[in-house]
Amino acid sequence: MKKFEIQNVKDTRSGFGAGLSELGKTNPRVVALCADLTGSLKMDAFQKDYPERFFQVGIAEANMMGLAAGLTIGGWIPYTGTFANFSTGRVYDQIRQSIAYSGKNVKICASHAGITLGEDGATHQILEDLGLMKMMPGMVVINPCDYNQTKAATIAIADYVGPVYLRFGRPAVPNFTDANQKFEIGKALLLNEGTDVSIFATGHLVWKAIEAGHILAEKGINAEIINIHTIKPLDENAILNSVAKTRCVVSAEEHQMNGGLGDSICQLLARKNPTPIEMVAVNDSFGESGTPDDLMKKYGLEAANIVDAVLRVIARK
Amino acid sequence: MNKLPAPELNNLTSQIRRDVLRMVHGCKSGHPGGSLGCADFFAALYFNIMEHNPAFNMNGEGEDIFFLSNGHISPVFYSTLARSGYFPVEELKTFRKLNTRLQGHPTTHEHLPGIRIASGSLGQGISVAAGAALAKKLNKDTHLVYALMGDGEIEEGQNWEAFMFAAHNKVDNLIVTIDLNGQQIDGSTQNIMGLGADIAVKLASFGWQILHMEGNNSQSILDTMNEAKALTGKGKPIFVVMKTEMGYPVDFMMGSHKWHGVSPNDAELENALAQLPETIGDY
Repeated sequence: MKKFEIQNVKDTRSGFGAGLSELGKTNPRVVALCADLTGSLKMDAFQKDYPERFFQVGIAEANMMGLAAGLTIGGWIPYTGTFANFSTGRVYDQIRQSIAYSGKNVKICASHAGITLGEDGATHQILEDLGLMKMMPGMVVINPCDYNQTKAATIAIADYVGPVYLRFGRPAVPNFTDANQKFEIGKALLLNEGTDVSIFATGHLVWKAIEAGHILAEKGINAEIINIHTIKPLDENAILNSVAKTRCVVSAEEHQMNGGLGDSICQLLARKNPTPIEMVAVNDSFGESGTPDDLMKKYGLEAANIVDAVLRVIARK
Repeated sequence: MNKLPAPELNNLTSQIRRDVLRMVHGCKSGHPGGSLGCADFFAALYFNIMEHNPAFNMNGEGEDIFFLSNGHISPVFYSTLARSGYFPVEELKTFRKLNTRLQGHPTTHEHLPGIRIASGSLGQGISVAAGAALAKKLNKDTHLVYALMGDGEIEEGQNWEAFMFAAHNKVDNLIVTIDLNGQQIDGSTQNIMGLGADIAVKLASFGWQILHMEGNNSQSILDTMNEAKALTGKGKPIFVVMKTEMGYPVDFMMGSHKWHGVSPNDAELENALAQLPETIGDY
């Protein structure tokens, strides 16, 4: 099992903030909008340095989505910022009609996704956002795994013309990917080559999958670990090639089982290569208040849960 | 484009209204009531008030642009665009039929020239128009953004978010007109959801500049919209309260909400067309 060096422990939302500031310098067409969460989204540096390209919209997310759509008419590239819950479910029809169906070049940037938002509880912890957004025709859906990757993704999506949903989170997590990586939309990243099982993970669960890989190695199980940072378009070839070798799959994500990454992989495998799969995800439930670590344990999103799922799925081969 | 004076606009609106009726009759669906009521406004906007380019480009830089929030009155929008030269008039006969660019509600998805946003799900257009107005300011483009909304759709909360935003941010290159016909699908707006105060009073209290006009009188529209243009750039977005009659001027279509979303049968079409002279030629 390959060793990964933790450069530091940082929140992915700060990667977004850093990427946005970088774009402020490098891309004069980028504008940003925020719905009263500038500090939480780490957009304050962009706001301070580029005030003429920053719009505080207040607690009015529906209007923010419409404003963003309008700003594209005139050639601007708007980045909207609020929590994932208020970036998706709250404004689904605004995104659907004014952005996605209208083909507008809006980047919907969503922080505090999943249960690791923590103490605020289920009202703010959306676990359905990947599903909502991947169902939207034409929407690109990205869930990077650490600070460096979130920063790289934030920068990369400015060069893609079309609506994008970029999901990241609140807690500090191991930052281990290359600080100078070039982010390629839709390109899965092989982290560890293996032969016994394919673990496909996204977002915060990528590091958990690496931890699980070490535990599995001690048990003599050689896991292939792949970071699926883009849920849509899904890197089908990377998944099918890995599965052809390992013949069983575990998916891992901080999201509902319904509609998430595992759901997309199941659809692919059912059509192209039926394969045993176990899914590490939240099973049809809302979250609750607690520390991020306690919640990850209670809702079964730890490395130990991935290990258990691997043992179950290997037995089904 | 030549600026048509009121008498010539009236000739044109008779033709646009014929188009509207023939379009909804042709597909046995659609929304004739509001479309008829707003024909004078559309004709004045596209044939006099706005500086616009029928050689369409999405970004609309260097021209005035228009957004329709109440997308269900697409027939009058499509007829006006076609009569302005955005696309062939013959295409009006494809309205709401399979593979048409003239979808039931306007969309950019089929790349119909003149359409810059999808609308139909109500309450979203003013936000989009305000965003486009911000884009014009960022681009240092001194042209204006116009929008039309219905008085029923003002019940959608997003409008009020947009009203607050535009006033607070001094989006003063935006002219929003509301079609005050007093009707919505289930009845009169007063009975469905009364505003509790005059709409002009409400918008004035939000910090908008208010104007009034008679929406079925071309001269009133020209005078008021020119006044609105003169009031732009003074720190306030402009809100024009336009009184119209749903179904105007077809006698049996006025006076109620009945013709909001119903197409005329053959006899009703014949009766309505007899009240509207063919002026520049049916499609």
